[in-house]
Order: sequence, then C-alpha cells, then structure tokens
Amino acid sequence: MSRETTASLPTGFGRRDFLAAAGVALSGGLAGCSGVFAAEEDQVNVAGSSTVFPVTEAIASAFSEENPTVNISLSKTGTGGGFGNFFCAGRTDINNASRAIADAEVEQCGNNDITPVEFQVATDALTVVVNPDADWIDCLSVEELREIWRADGAQQWSDINEDWPDEEFELYGAATTSGTFDYFNEAVIGEEENHRSDYHATERDRTIVQGVQGSEYAMGYFGFSYYSENPDSIKAVSIDNGDGCVEPSIDTAMSGEYTPLSRPLYIYVAKESLAKSAVRDFTRFYMKQAATDLVSDVGYVPLTEENRDENLEKLNGAIAEVTE
Amino acid sequence: MAADTRDEPADSGFGQISRTKDVSFRLLALAATLVGIVSLAALLLNVAVDAVGWLDWQFLTNPPHPDPYQAGFLPALVGSVAIMLVIALITFPLGVGAAIYLEEYADDGYLTRFIQLNIANLAGVPSVVYGLLGLGLFVGLFSIGYGTVLAAAFTIALLILPIVIISAQEAIRSVPDSQRQASYGMGATKWQTIRNVVLPRAMPGIMTGTILALGRAIGETAPLIMIAAPTTVFGLPNGPFSKVSAMPLQIYNWASYPQTEFQYGVVAAGVVTLLVVLLTINSIAIVIRNRYQQRT
Repeated sequence: MSRETTASLPTGFGRRDFLAAAGVALSGGLAGCSGVFAAEEDQVNVAGSSTVFPVTEAIASAFSEENPTVNISLSKTGTGGGFGNFFCAGRTDINNASRAIADAEVEQCGNNDITPVEFQVATDALTVVVNPDADWIDCLSVEELREIWRADGAQQWSDINEDWPDEEFELYGAATTSGTFDYFNEAVIGEEENHRSDYHATERDRTIVQGVQGSEYAMGYFGFSYYSENPDSIKAVSIDNGDGCVEPSIDTAMSGEYTPLSRPLYIYVAKESLAKSAVRDFTRFYMKQAATDLVSDVGYVPLTEENRDENLEKLNGAIAEVTE
Repeated sequence: MAADTRDEPADSGFGQISRTKDVSFRLLALAATLVGIVSLAALLLNVAVDAVGWLDWQFLTNPPHPDPYQAGFLPALVGSVAIMLVIALITFPLGVGAAIYLEEYADDGYLTRFIQLNIANLAGVPSVVYGLLGLGLFVGLFSIGYGTVLAAAFTIALLILPIVIISAQEAIRSVPDSQRQASYGMGATKWQTIRNVVLPRAMPGIMTGTILALGRAIGETAPLIMIAAPTTVFGLPNGPFSKVSAMPLQIYNWASYPQTEFQYGVVAAGVVTLLVVLLTINSIAIVIRNRYQQRT
C-alpha cells in the first residue's frame, strides 16, 4: 500500500506538469497567432549606413518613448549592403544612406515594385584623421589626399612631401559596402582613378580609431560624429580645396566652406511602406526632428527649417498617393 | 636501518621518495586551478566596478539611445527572454522525445550508433555554422523572416538540441533497469513504464540539462548575426514574427560606439545584466533539481 502511494505521487506531478506545459504552449501559440497581424502593422524596419545610424537611433529612441507599441528595428549594413540585400529586396521600409541612391539600385528596387523616396536628414563633414603624434601634418590638399588613397599612388609619406618621414602609410578606411567609401571615392579619387585596395577596410568606425591611435604613420577617414567624440585621441586634418585650409566642423560644413568632403546624409523610404501607419508616423516624426538639436548632439549638421518643410511636403505628397 | 631495508623493494616501482616533488606538484595543480578562477574573478570584478552608476532602473527600462546617459537595455532584455521561452518550448519536447526513443525504443544497431555518433558531433559544431543553417533553412526556405523571434529561436534551438538530447539520455539511463523490469512484471506496457516509472525518475536530470543548455543559448551571438537580427530594436517584440535583438548582440553593438562611456560603463552594465539573468536561470535549474530529488 505505502509503496503504491509513493509510486503514484510522482506520476500525479508528471501529469500536472504536462498539463501546465501544454497550457503554456497553447496560450503561447494563441498569443502568437493574434500577434502576427499586429506585428506586421506596428513594425518599422530600418537598415543601411553606419554613418546615419546614430541619427536614426536618436530619433527612433525618442519616437519609441512616445509610441511604445511600435517596434522599430535598426541594422548597420552599410549603405550599399542595405539597398542591395534589404531595402530593394523588400525586407526593410527605410534605408539609411550616406550617399545618393545609385541607378543600378533604383533599377533593382523597381524590379521588386519598390519606389524609393529620398529625404535629406543631415549634413556630415567626412573627416580625415591621423595620429596626434604626426606633428608634420595639419593640412592636406585634395590632390595630396588623392595621391595617398588612389591605387598605384604614393606608398610613403615622403612621396607626398620630401620633409615628411620615410615611412609607409598605414591606411584605415571604410569598406566597399559603405556609403562613406563611395562618397570619398567620388569626391577625392574621381572617376579616372581607383580607390586603392591595400588598406584596412571596415564598417566599424571604432576599428579605424584604434588603428590610427596605434601608429604614428596611420591615416583614416570616417563621419564627423566619430571624430567629435574622440578629439583628443586622434587628430583631424584640414582640407585645402584651392581656397586655403578648412578644418572639419559643424560650422564649416553648414556654411559650405568644407569642400569637397561635406556631404548630405539621407534616408530612403519605400513609398509602398507608407501605407503602414507606423512607417508613416515614424517618417513624419523623423522629418520634424531632423531640424532639431537631436542631430547636432550626435555630431552632424541639422537641416534648415526650409529643408524640413520641403521634406514634409514631399512626404505628405507620397503618403497621399499610397493611401488613396 | 631495518625499516629502510624493508621499504626498498616495495618502493622500487615509484622511484625515490621526494618531499619537494610532492609539494611542488601540489602547488602546480593548485596554480592550474587558480589561473581560471582568478582571471574569472578579475573579469567579474572589473565589469562590476565599471557597471557601478550605470546599471540603474532607467537603464533597464529605456530603449537604446546614442547618448550613453539615456541608453537603455529593455528591448534586448525582453527580446532575449522571449527567445528563451520559445527555445524552451521547442527543445524540451524534441530533446526528451529523441532521448526516449534512443534509450528505450531503438535497438543497438548500426543506425542507432550512427545517429548517436552524429548527435555527439553536432554538439561540437561551431555556432556560426548553425547560424548559416538557420539563415538557409528558416529565413530562406521557410521564409519566417530575417531576424524574427521565431527564426532566432529555431536556430538557437537547433544549436542546443544535441546538448539537451545527450543530457536527457544520461538522465534516462540512470534510472535502474530493475525498476523497468518490475513495471513490466506488473503487466505494464512500454508506454506506461516510460510514463510512470522512467520519466518521473529522470525528470530532475532532464530539467537540469535543459535549463543549463538554455543558459548557453542566452549568450549566443554569432547565429543571431547570421540570421540578420537587427543591431538595435526599439519597442518590445509584439509577436513571433516581430524583429528581435538580444542582450549579447546589443552589447556587441555598444562596444563599437565612439564614446568611452559606452565602451566601459554601458557595456559593463549590459554584461552584468546578462550575467544576472544567466545566473538566475542556472539557480532555477538547481532549485528544480533539489525539489524533484526530495519528492522521489
């Protein structure tokens, strides 16, 4: 008798446990089913440039505090990676871009019935940095920069200027999937020459900072916000585009003096996605915030109010087309 | 003298008695133990010190933000827990089912041994490879959607399934055969024996193994990167098909931010939160095991 009762005890527990587990599984499944539709409608997916990432992050953070039910996902894939693998394949609603969309990408989007709508959200001063101990260099002309970064160009500092050390460059730059790479390539290297391929290419700006900190003969380039957070550990080089040396800063980028490396930053919104209320609300919120301190806190130049109003008008036009 | 002559022949197999060797070997073994423990303690201490002042209520309840003083961990925290729950629902029935089949039903033929060998091998496959499998299978073939709760959970569930199966097998094997024979002797069928005799006795071991495997799953980053889980998520996952980020992924992302406040303070706060969740899961495993052991 006593044996039987002890033996049946665990059995009872086993059954109860099984029922509990089944209950959890069932309710989980039900919650899942009802959540499917809600998830699609309340989801905003963003991929693209790591340069624009902090701007979108700041704005998404502010947006989600006001709209906690909307789920915004944000990935760093590089501008080109974002267009090719995510945005034009219909996987994301918005793409961060540190350059304008290319013709091939517009075509790829078109094949998948996606219409990209461009909005400028900020201006960046693409910054060339060197080690703080590199005291021989404060300013570079665009030609010198091209000579350093083009394929088959200079190999040593002394190739640029005889007074500079007989040491080879150690170069850190953006990866080819990056819009920063594309912009630098276009603005500095030009179409006749190619960007050199024997440099450390990365999508992680922190790797560039560490590399440049580590060697006196190193040089790198990235978005201004990354420099403005590390002004003591790396040195920014002024750029001479024929009118004297101009240092990279929010002011010089805003006034247009810092050429040719000040560049517009964009987001591209799929017009079809504007049919979702969450994407609509988020984009509208984004356009309004892009003219505020949220952008300058990150280290970029905010939009003028005029630009902002143009953007809002363009957005309202696109929304009207898809919601009718 | 007499003692010496008597000791010599018995001693010959062990060589000369050396007190120095005895002590030095003991110290060597102690040093080997301490290397791991001390470096772990140093790491924990370092992280804990860095996290002071950063790990507060607003860190646990805010969404991520580029300003380190406003940055929060909530979406990643909830995302990790959501993934864990789904993983538990997937791995427990699959793992226990496979273990029961292999231990109770399968004969000891070549096929069984082949399966057994492969499970043992799968337990050692790098997690990146499982990430690629998840990308091809769940994101590509079944189109569950990249970076969703379901895709992440299925991928990591595959990763820990071999561990769960092996530990469940161990637990089932440890049930004495005499109890099974007694059950058959009473006229019970195989199913009745498994349900009433084997599983209740094996349950503590199975639970412990499963929960420890979940503890491993919570730290996985590589498979999540492979299935393109987003770098950062704002807002909580609101269904199995919503995009999800996890704690290790968010920490990895923060480590690349330009500000030193992120690289030290915020990352450390994230690591401490991850460790606390991990230790909570492991202590739940211990509590469950102790409770079941008292009952049976």
